[in-house]
Amino acid sequence: MLRSGEPAETCDTQSRSTKTKETSPRIVVAKQNNGLVITALDDAAARIGLAIGQPLANARAICPDSEVFDADETADSKALSGIADWCDRFTPLVALDPPHGLLLDITGCAHLFGGEAALMRQLCSALKRQGFDVSAAIAGTSACARALTRHAHGRIVAPGEEAGAVAALPVFALGADDAITRGLRRAGLKTVGDVAARGRHEIAARFSAAFTALLEQALGQSDAPINPRKPLPDFIVEKRFAEPIATDGAIARTLAGLARTLIAAMEKQGKGARRLEAGFFRTDGAVRIIAVETGRPVTRGETIDRLFRERLDALADPLDPGFGFDLVRLSAVRTDLVVQEQRDLDTHVRDNDEVAALVDRLAARIGSQRVVVHLPQDTHIPERASFPVPAQQHLAAAMRAEWPARIEGEPPLRPLRMFARPEPIEVTLAEVPDKPPRHFTWRRVTHTVVRAEGPERIAMEWWRTQEVRPTRDYFRVEDEAGLRFWLYRDGLYNEAAGNGEAVPPKWFLHGLFA
Amino acid sequence: MAGNGSSAGTLARLRDRIARIETDHGGGMPGRASLGHEKADAVLQGGLARGAMHEVFAEGRHSAAASGFIAGLAQRVCANRPLLWVRQDFAARESGALSMRGWRELGLDPCLLVTVHVPGVESALRTAADALACDALGAVVMETWGETRLLDLVASRRLTLAARTSGVTGLLLRVAATPLPSTAETRWIVRPARSPPCEAWQAWGAPVFETRLVRNRHGQTGQWIMEWSCDECLFRDVSIRDAQTHPQPVAAAPADRPDRARVVALRRAG
Repeated sequence: MLRSGEPAETCDTQSRSTKTKETSPRIVVAKQNNGLVITALDDAAARIGLAIGQPLANARAICPDSEVFDADETADSKALSGIADWCDRFTPLVALDPPHGLLLDITGCAHLFGGEAALMRQLCSALKRQGFDVSAAIAGTSACARALTRHAHGRIVAPGEEAGAVAALPVFALGADDAITRGLRRAGLKTVGDVAARGRHEIAARFSAAFTALLEQALGQSDAPINPRKPLPDFIVEKRFAEPIATDGAIARTLAGLARTLIAAMEKQGKGARRLEAGFFRTDGAVRIIAVETGRPVTRGETIDRLFRERLDALADPLDPGFGFDLVRLSAVRTDLVVQEQRDLDTHVRDNDEVAALVDRLAARIGSQRVVVHLPQDTHIPERASFPVPAQQHLAAAMRAEWPARIEGEPPLRPLRMFARPEPIEVTLAEVPDKPPRHFTWRRVTHTVVRAEGPERIAMEWWRTQEVRPTRDYFRVEDEAGLRFWLYRDGLYNEAAGNGEAVPPKWFLHGLFA
Repeated sequence: MAGNGSSAGTLARLRDRIARIETDHGGGMPGRASLGHEKADAVLQGGLARGAMHEVFAEGRHSAAASGFIAGLAQRVCANRPLLWVRQDFAARESGALSMRGWRELGLDPCLLVTVHVPGVESALRTAADALACDALGAVVMETWGETRLLDLVASRRLTLAARTSGVTGLLLRVAATPLPSTAETRWIVRPARSPPCEAWQAWGAPVFETRLVRNRHGQTGQWIMEWSCDECLFRDVSIRDAQTHPQPVAAAPADRPDRARVVALRRAG
């Protein structure tokens, strides 16, 4: 993917860098090999001779009044992904380079920001304003950019000049294992140029083929693709503001305008959007992404507009503009081909479209898991006979589904309402071995059974589960008030437990008939 | 001048009449859906009005029967259009979720049912109002549990207006609640009725409801025992069927063949 003329950029961020101008040095320590060592430090600490990897005891000896913080890896990675979100404004291809780096594939994006140098300047100054200490470099391959970032901040390497750029860097800059770096030093190979001058087979024999691959990438002789955090959206439209916008009206108008542009772009390729994401980039660096999904490809700007309005209205944590958004982006993350079909006079098709549109709107507001249709399942276990699925994806399938027909002339054999968990009932009197209860207590009310029908014996599916579950004997019963219940006895009488003693079976109420 | 005045009066009268006709019939899918129960249909002047709101109230323990009754009403009104059932989460916990096999056993089609689970009454109201505006649906059922102040006259009027504009029928199932003032066309109170007496070998357990029509904006009220016939998908009078198959006052007679045969024939005809 990355070849000549495709620069990648690494920016190294010290997420714990200090914002205040304090004189006392600050260091971050973490436990490594049973000892606390420095993992990050600020300029003041670096000036007095502290370095990453030094034990804390040594640092204390050098400078007793340094401020020490415990490393918080979770917070660090969170901060890094926050910065990565923010970097989305430069290119959609942003990859994490843990623990402190980001890789941006800026192929074809640099000219939008006035060239590579201007882009890097914008990125670094904006991150500095947010309080991060940044170093960055642009090169044709990610390994080269990574090496330069550590030792030559601000360097832009033209395609083909990678080998010259990294030659003077120490081998540490390659970012290989400690063992390899140490081995190279011991062999007297201090710089990348020294290593590059040796024969490849010598290096590979001693330091593995993986290292030679890394070396070739750093020298610009081969390339490895970066691993972006998010898939590349099919279509992106965005609007930048010199003066940040903050009012609901302005945001709604912007989204509506973007939706029209997006639709126009998609229409040329005959596509419709299935998943849309709106990104709101705040001036202070916070980014909020809001997504909506649709059941069928959307081809109208008004529909997009309306879906986002529903979604924004229903947000539990509303959109906070802070000091305003300076970039609003609308991207079609997933698109489908739209088949333009001739509509006949049958209104049925149109009706289905309208129902699908309604389902999309409801799903945008309350979540797609809450709008469900049911699909029949090939099983005789009552609670598994139908499977609820999101209507957005399965509406058409559910409308074509074939449900088992009922037996004519019979009363309903299955209850209209069924409990997700069968509710235990107390049965005071039931004839053995397989008669329905005479009385039972459910939710502290005792019901006297007037009529009963059963048992209908349902054995559990032994071929699906490992554990043996008891068979159930189901009864339809009616009490003296006319309430109709579906009860079952879990297990049989005289069924012996493991130790040979008979266990009394349990009774449950599974559903209610109309 | 006089001629002018009289023509203006005629115009006003005509406008008034048109307005009345229009409010009576509503929008897209006008008319009334017959329930199949003759007496109830007579009182309702032909059946349940489409494009209007109807309320069904029931006690907590009678919720299953009330859902069966409202499912029947929805089936009569829908006429093969999709049905949207908006359900409060708490209702499923109290009286169970709708079972599709049970739905099928009532003679209804699960393919045409979309269920929406909502956390509270407020979102239920919004969802129902949205759904009522979509004229591709046949009916919208909104099921809530317990007392709430949110379902007041304003909310009810909003739903009624939405239903009237689109012609979609709104059915409100309120379990464990007392009626509040509303703009609903009809209000029913439902409880299950005992299955009619029968021999041990005979099938029992068809959905039988004791229904009370306590409010009817355009007619009288009434009280009937109805049975939902799962095969024919309509409501029937139990007392008639009872009298034919089990002549109650007469001394116990075996289920006599001629009568049973006639009932079967009637069913086929229906």
